[in-house]
Amino acid sequence: MGQPDQPLLRVENLSVRYVTPTGVVDALKKVSFELGREKVGIVGESGSGKSTLGRAILRLIPRPGQVTADRIEFMGRDLKDISESEMRRIRGKQITMILQDPKFSLNPVMTAGDQILEVLSIHGGVRRREGRKRVLDILKAVRIRDPNRVYNAYVHELSGGMGQRVMTAMMVVANPMLLIADEPTSALDVTVRMQVLAIIDDLVTQRGMGLIFISHDLNLVGSFCDRILIMYGGRIVESCGAADLHKVSHPYSRGLLESLPSIEKPKEVLATLKRDPAWLAEA
Amino acid sequence: MVLEVRNLHVVFGHGHNRVHAVRGISFSVAKGECFGIVGESGSGKTTVLRSLCGLNSHWQGEILIDGRLAPRRPDRAFCRTVQIVFQDPYGSLHPRQTVDRCLREPLEVQGIGQRDQRIADTLNAVGLNQSFRYRYPHQLSGGQRQRVGIARALMLEPKLLFLDEPTSALDVSVQAEILNLLVRLRKERGFTYVLVTHDLAIISHMCERLIVMNVGRIVEAMPVTALRERTPEHPYTQQLLQASLGYDRKAVERYQTFD
Repeated sequence: MGQPDQPLLRVENLSVRYVTPTGVVDALKKVSFELGREKVGIVGESGSGKSTLGRAILRLIPRPGQVTADRIEFMGRDLKDISESEMRRIRGKQITMILQDPKFSLNPVMTAGDQILEVLSIHGGVRRREGRKRVLDILKAVRIRDPNRVYNAYVHELSGGMGQRVMTAMMVVANPMLLIADEPTSALDVTVRMQVLAIIDDLVTQRGMGLIFISHDLNLVGSFCDRILIMYGGRIVESCGAADLHKVSHPYSRGLLESLPSIEKPKEVLATLKRDPAWLAEA
Repeated sequence: MVLEVRNLHVVFGHGHNRVHAVRGISFSVAKGECFGIVGESGSGKTTVLRSLCGLNSHWQGEILIDGRLAPRRPDRAFCRTVQIVFQDPYGSLHPRQTVDRCLREPLEVQGIGQRDQRIADTLNAVGLNQSFRYRYPHQLSGGQRQRVGIARALMLEPKLLFLDEPTSALDVSVQAEILNLLVRLRKERGFTYVLVTHDLAIISHMCERLIVMNVGRIVEAMPVTALRERTPEHPYTQQLLQASLGYDRKAVERYQTFD
């Protein structure tokens, strides 16, 4: 996938700041990037601001968080200027977000099918009877073998991989333009992880969506995404094409890569990361 | 052999709820070796480990540790031979006990003297300075907590250390520090490790031999070189290895289910 003419999302100087009794925390500091109909990976360690970035785009930063930006332009509209009721029409319909753990992020007292149907009735104006058929179709699209059983199942009756498929189905059923996936596969076994990724991959490619894939797993992002942004301390320290992951130059990116154990070429001692305060002063 | 397991079975529940979690596995671990147990969730790898270290007494078969039959319930002598490092450093330390108290307790139970000196030495060995000694777990980062978890396991100077996914809750750079610490301790003190993980890269980094488990059985036992050279024999292991090497859309089509 190449660069499209008109970017889907253009973020300029996005900052998120928390003013707390113990001091000011800059969770995001002047982050800028563009996204087309492509798969962009955002990589970083815990506390790097990668999840905050996903939430800030959807305007889901709770008080006392302060969000400032020059521009958060999505399909020609600036998300920071529109009203909350307009935002609610975008959120869940045009931009959706897959969260890490289906056990905690799906509703435990609603069946999987009813939760997906709720998305359709809010954003698609779909009636119950025709809605049921569309829900079963989308469950089939995420390769659930027995959609009727899963429709009537509660979250605790589903395995982790199944739950994540249900969440994926819920997030793509309204045909969004942009999908934000926040560690969607971190809680899954490797083979199930690859199957869920293949589903997301196919949906994104077939429907021409943009994908922001948030992860801490460098190798996974390198093999799955088209482009990678590496975050540290609320900043994007480096960006590169996925194929050029091994050529990154920033000492933080290099440190991350070299601290990974390798299956095929084990090292005697793993390199550890020496954090340089100067990285926070840059950019 | 420091550890010998013969025909281990673990069954939980009765009737409809009967789960045969471990279905007759046998292996042995030599002194000074690092032995890996790999498997996906539900494979029984953690159940095996819990049975070996006395946290699950519902097992059948034979477990020999240092030539003696392992007791159903851990006794004092057993605790001085075998210790475990748990997966989740957030959940496995007592939130209202200081590091000092946590490390002191095993010494008190066992009636071992020179406690202050031993605590100070062990903290040094895991790379924590004395300022950490009177802190509570919430005042530590994830990596520091896991170092405390390792220090706790070292207090009784065991021969055999069980490691249950010791770094799965940690960031990669912190994981590297903990793995380096474990490698160094083994070299210095001649420990035997049994490492349970789902991450083949960690196995390749740490271990000499491994077994691969699926639904309670050993699928394959092999030297780590087979993993590094990508020559496992069983299709299940091959698929696991393939999936661990990164995302490949075409390979996903060929996935099989193994029961």
